[in-house]
Amino acid sequence: MTAYLLKRFAIALATLVLASMVVFAVLEILPGDPARLMLGMNASADQVELLRNQMGLNAPLAWRYLHWAGGLLSLDFGRSYTYSVPVLDLVRERLAVSLPLALIALALSTIIAIPVGLFSASRRGRAGDTVAMGAAQLGVAVPNFWFALMLIYVFAVWLRLVPAGGFPGWGAGIWPAAKSLMLPAVALALPQAAILARVTRSALIEVLNEDYIRTARAKGLPYRAVLWRHALRNAMIPVLTILGLQFAFLLAGTIIIENVFYLPGLGRLVFQAITQRDLIVVESVVMLLVAAVIAVNLVVDLSYAVVDPRLRSRQ
Amino acid sequence: MSLLEIENLSLTIGDTPILKDLQLSVAPGEVMGLVGESGSGKSMTALTTMRLLPHAARATGRVSFDGIDILAATEDQMCALRGDDIGMVFQEPMTALNPVKTIGEQVAEGIRWHTKASRAEAEERARKMLDRVGLPSAKFPLSRYPHELSGGQRQRVVIAIACALKPKLLIADEPTTALDVVIQAQILDLLRDLVAESRMGLLLISHDLAVVTEMADRITILRRGEVMETGETARTLSEQLDPYTRQLAQASMHVPARAKPHATGEGKPLLEVEGVTRDYPGRRIALFRRAPDIRAVDDVSLAMAPGQSVALVGRSGCGKSTLARMILALDRPKSGTIRFRGETITDKGEAELKPARRDMQPVFQDPYGSFDPRQKVEKLVAEPLHVLEKQPTRAERREMVAHALHEVGLDQRDMDKYPHEFSGGQRQRLSIARAIITRPKLVVADEPVSALDVSIRAQILDLFAELNQKLGIAYLFITHDLTVARAITDEVLVMHDGKIVERGKTSEVLDHPQSEAAKALVAAAPDLHRAIARRMQEQG
Amino acid sequence: MTMHIDIPEETLSSILAKAFRNTAFVAGFVITVLILAMAVISYVWTPYDVTRLVISDKTQGPSLAHWFGTDHFGRDILSMIMVGARNSIAVAFVAVGIGMGVGVPLGAFAAARGGLVDEALMRINDLVFAFPALLSAIMITAIFGPGAVNAIIAIGIFNIPVFARVARAGALAIWPREFILAARAAGKSSTQISIEHVLPNIATLLLVQGTIQFALGILAEAGLSYLGLGAQPPMPSWGRMLFDAQTRMVAAPWMAIFPGMAIVITVLGLNLLGDGIADILDPKSRRQR
Repeated sequence: MTAYLLKRFAIALATLVLASMVVFAVLEILPGDPARLMLGMNASADQVELLRNQMGLNAPLAWRYLHWAGGLLSLDFGRSYTYSVPVLDLVRERLAVSLPLALIALALSTIIAIPVGLFSASRRGRAGDTVAMGAAQLGVAVPNFWFALMLIYVFAVWLRLVPAGGFPGWGAGIWPAAKSLMLPAVALALPQAAILARVTRSALIEVLNEDYIRTARAKGLPYRAVLWRHALRNAMIPVLTILGLQFAFLLAGTIIIENVFYLPGLGRLVFQAITQRDLIVVESVVMLLVAAVIAVNLVVDLSYAVVDPRLRSRQ
Repeated sequence: MSLLEIENLSLTIGDTPILKDLQLSVAPGEVMGLVGESGSGKSMTALTTMRLLPHAARATGRVSFDGIDILAATEDQMCALRGDDIGMVFQEPMTALNPVKTIGEQVAEGIRWHTKASRAEAEERARKMLDRVGLPSAKFPLSRYPHELSGGQRQRVVIAIACALKPKLLIADEPTTALDVVIQAQILDLLRDLVAESRMGLLLISHDLAVVTEMADRITILRRGEVMETGETARTLSEQLDPYTRQLAQASMHVPARAKPHATGEGKPLLEVEGVTRDYPGRRIALFRRAPDIRAVDDVSLAMAPGQSVALVGRSGCGKSTLARMILALDRPKSGTIRFRGETITDKGEAELKPARRDMQPVFQDPYGSFDPRQKVEKLVAEPLHVLEKQPTRAERREMVAHALHEVGLDQRDMDKYPHEFSGGQRQRLSIARAIITRPKLVVADEPVSALDVSIRAQILDLFAELNQKLGIAYLFITHDLTVARAITDEVLVMHDGKIVERGKTSEVLDHPQSEAAKALVAAAPDLHRAIARRMQEQG
Repeated sequence: MTMHIDIPEETLSSILAKAFRNTAFVAGFVITVLILAMAVISYVWTPYDVTRLVISDKTQGPSLAHWFGTDHFGRDILSMIMVGARNSIAVAFVAVGIGMGVGVPLGAFAAARGGLVDEALMRINDLVFAFPALLSAIMITAIFGPGAVNAIIAIGIFNIPVFARVARAGALAIWPREFILAARAAGKSSTQISIEHVLPNIATLLLVQGTIQFALGILAEAGLSYLGLGAQPPMPSWGRMLFDAQTRMVAAPWMAIFPGMAIVITVLGLNLLGDGIADILDPKSRRQR
């Protein structure tokens, strides 16, 4: 057990370090001098050089990497060129929108998908299964931003139940804020739920063909009891894998969805920062998102061990 | 009054008929042996009795258990019967248990479900039951998971599940086929005791006539879904009235006609294995710590003369397959040397091995897994020609393949077919054709007949014997089946825990084993002659 | 994780016969062919010229003259969808090609070698997986500038680990088979074995994954061009059309509905095709029916 946990931790840590090097390296080769960008085209070469020195841009590469990585560890992300505020403040403010959004979407997707998958697997080949899986097939094919546009059209433009976009801030009260996150969360969650429902169903069906299911049936357990007691837990492993992957999808999905709904979240921040060449912001946000993905994958790996006793004793 | 009475049972799955007018009965306390080759419908008979058939199956006729009409019973009635009055044991112990639940949970589950006992009571009964099947809780606490147990131990757990509520009828579908002979004997003993203890009826399904003869009071012989013969075991098998019964019995005891062994002992040895050792890394127990290495093969030495037929026998996991792989240069020893035709092969690279490979070919166990399903027979059988120095032309290659196919009794037109167009026995012939196409001096055959039905097995053994005579090929047979060793080899090597513990002439070693390991093997090996004789004796 | 591969043992004609009884396959096949045909036809003929702006016709609803209506520049939406299909398909197709071309050999090599090589390749895979694909695609296109080619590269890079993983898992399931041992005993090298025995046996697996990645590629391309990072105007693209539609949702909902439907139908067709192929060729799933 400990060996498995330690190995997973070590891998996650190594991936994180490598990822930070990649992010740093990629942004190093980005065309355009940030100092010149900040000062504008009219600045003299001397002014630019002065700023470059101030920003530490002339130091050796390795030193700059260590400096940057050390800063990340102490939560000192630097200052945004364009907003002229500490990146940390910026991120914190945006996270208050993105994190609830991603979590609501993930929860929504799970709550919809698992029961649908169970329902379909237990009614394999019958009308209910066909309808549910047909809907899932359609759901997988829908791009979330188009789905978002359709939701806006129906619920905001037509029925006027929720705002079409924007975010009042949590200061405006929980309800108005939550209301403006509702459509974005649904738009993010439904296509993911469709994928998850399909995976749940096929994992369950695969497990239901296993020999131990027959053993359980030979014990006198009715089909339903076998499904709940024996099949579900064994089917959790592929489901967990997909859940982990979906978190990454959801994070990326927020970039587009936040743009559709004009939500001041991390995704919108990083998109704007890229177009404005605000390197420090890009680096920090990308690192944060990558770290989140790695952390979620680690949690998934650890939950395998909870589900599967074989992992606990092996490796 | 029968416990289980099957009358005129017919079964179809989709449009395929599986069973036809099947008659079968089991009385309380009786062991009924149901014997048949693969595809005879044995397992489907069992699943019909449990009503666990696939959806597309349609059964007609009458199946009555203890006065209950099984085919007409509701699913709720069946659930009440299964696991309570009828227990079932399956063939594959490795997959029959839920990997994420403890053995205690799995045994107690049925008890709780049927008796509404409290968790503590059910666990207590589960503990007693596991103790009864030979898994005492001191060594095997209820909190063990299936993966922590061996195959034999897992089969004991499955038996504990099936017998936890003292069923009136136990159905055991090939309960020992996946186990090695020594474990098989132990499991059969356990089943026999359980039957005697509680006057349980046992429907024992097996392809192995010897096993059934040792166990069953009565026997039913099934062929393609029809009952060929049924009756008292000893009489049925000694009289062999039905031609199919005779065919089965004779095939089970078949010994190919062979002339005196080829030149043994004279001249240079073909194969010399000297002090060969192979370790596998122990499993990792902490991040930087591993369990001690597992020694699969431990300082083994042996020699084979040209044309000699040698058996390497031993229980599963004794290292015999690892040794075979090293001889075939598919694996390297940790220490020791292997010389083939006087040349050391253990230190050679793949390119230098080519001449040796030409003279040494394998035949594998699984007639289905040993051919790439995407290629035609011509390419598959010709694959070893890759090691020839001069690559044959297309026409030459076809000529050689045709010749090899002819030698193993197949038609040369078969070379344009795919492997799936052949039956299991024919595929094993293909396997042999592939092995002999380069005219090797040595064929290493790893359990070459253990996946085949007895009648096919007899034919393949004949083929091996014939090729030995005709081409002078030496054989190293790796087998757990002493009948096969006896039928086709001159010498036998007995392997145990990675070591060769006994060697000698096949008949001597098998009739008068000296080492503990050989004795255990011989005692546990089912033998039809012996079983019939014992049965006759019991009845006076 | 281990994986079980059942290798179907049948001839081409029986597979084809089965294919045309499989609803998902037939539906997917028909949709995919129609979309491809639409893209091909757009090279020689479209109902209207998509480069010509006809302001007098702007934002007209669906009519006989303009089946799917017109956009804010008076361009015919149907014609734009036809031309946009080209772009979507080309980007997704080449991206899948990059993923397969690099990923499959890598995965097969890792499986054949095992040990440290395998471990190292898989860790690199983990590393790429740690970057949310769309985020990285946005970064790449932002760095090298927006455009169809950069979109292809961005999407293609993230297909590599997907195919590497599938190929490796499939190959690992093939390697322990006895027919591989037989080939080794015939003196074949691991490269020869990978090419002759392993790849043909995992081809269906890769084909199914290919259709899935193709569909995901269409979605990703649409996402990128919606953000303005894909094909650049005046070249019409489905994502860009949706972006233009967003601010005109109330006045011209058809501008959003039809391009979106085009994406949904294309992706649906590809997914059905993939499901159908998996169904036909995998005896395990066939047993379930």
